[in-house]
Amino acid sequence: MKTCLVVDDSSVIRKVARRILEGLGFAIEEAEDGQKALEFCYGTMPEAILLDWNMPVMDGYEFLRELRKLPGGQAPKVVFCTTENDVAHIARAMHAGANEYIMKPFDKDIVEAKFAEVGLI
Amino acid sequence: MTPLDYDFLRGFLKTRSGLVLSNDKQYLIESRLMPIVRKHGMTGISELVQKLKAPGAESLAAKVTEAMTTNESFFFRDKTPFDHFKEVMLPAMLKARAAKRHVRIWCAAASTGQEPYSLAMILKEMGPQLAGWRFEIIGTDLSGEVLERAKAGIYSQFEVQRGLPIQMLLKYFIQNGDQWTISPEIRSMVHYRTLNLLNDFSALGQFDIVYCRNVLIYFDQPTKIDVLNRTAKLTAPDGYLLLGAAETVVGLTDSFKPIADRRGLYAPTVKAPAGAAAAPAKVFAVAGGRPL
Repeated sequence: MKTCLVVDDSSVIRKVARRILEGLGFAIEEAEDGQKALEFCYGTMPEAILLDWNMPVMDGYEFLRELRKLPGGQAPKVVFCTTENDVAHIARAMHAGANEYIMKPFDKDIVEAKFAEVGLI
Repeated sequence: MTPLDYDFLRGFLKTRSGLVLSNDKQYLIESRLMPIVRKHGMTGISELVQKLKAPGAESLAAKVTEAMTTNESFFFRDKTPFDHFKEVMLPAMLKARAAKRHVRIWCAAASTGQEPYSLAMILKEMGPQLAGWRFEIIGTDLSGEVLERAKAGIYSQFEVQRGLPIQMLLKYFIQNGDQWTISPEIRSMVHYRTLNLLNDFSALGQFDIVYCRNVLIYFDQPTKIDVLNRTAKLTAPDGYLLLGAAETVVGLTDSFKPIADRRGLYAPTVKAPAGAAAAPAKVFAVAGGRPL
């Protein structure tokens, strides 16, 4: 079973994402900010990361840049999931090594389509 | 929109059209009904719901039902029809039309434009390889209203997130708030015409590739047969027909035959002269991935 790390400071969003992704066959781990997510990745690299942008302590963009520098940090497919919905943010994220990008609000169809797009399902 | 508004609309649509909405389709209601809300100068979905509940709202009720029951269309919907385009039809056409460098494509149920624009984006992605080629994409639909949307090429944030890779969104769309407009270079590759498939469509001319997806399912048997046979007449002998996932020619007509291992893809049945093996050769070539 593939593992997806859900990184979002909102417990509601984490819960919604967990429900959707468990339905798609993923084992879910949660982190409430980039720092905690990074600590998780030091131990185990998940196959997928669903990543919010704006979070306290370390934001999603900074996390992504740090992740991609780690040994094995190129492996996880990173799908941003954020209210930062403008072209400039999307382009920045893709440039930093994101694989896909979900603009909130989202639903199951969108998550499924994006995860399929990057070959996770 | 309050949860109560949503519940009302779910019940209303189920009763009127049989449309069943799951409990997370608020966005669909908003993207379909906000144009009606704006058109009537209402403040939001809640006011629309109040009007629907009031007596004498039949005309409004009809509009709401129509807006919600128009078939959804996604960019690169179902994926395989577009893989067939890239892997089978395009390579074959690049070879077969190398002399005249002109390929005609018909999207027979273009709806709001996602299918023809998806094909146009695939062509654009091929870049210099297609320099000097002319690809004509004609999109037709029964509804003039959906074709107006197709021509405008403006899509909601939800519409551009299902099936469309983010890199293509960045490359081929222009953002305007939470709406995304297809770029002029892609839009100019597609031409639209209102057309009812039940009427004579021979005036459209001959096509090399025909996409006719998720239309036949709404027709009865004799109509399916008639539409398929008339489509065969305007499909080039070495051309292709693509049907929806739930559709087939099998048991309906001999004018098309399925292509092996390519779900939904059909070739016209060529009445070859005695001894010639044009039709089987094509199937063999496609199965081998190397068009002759």
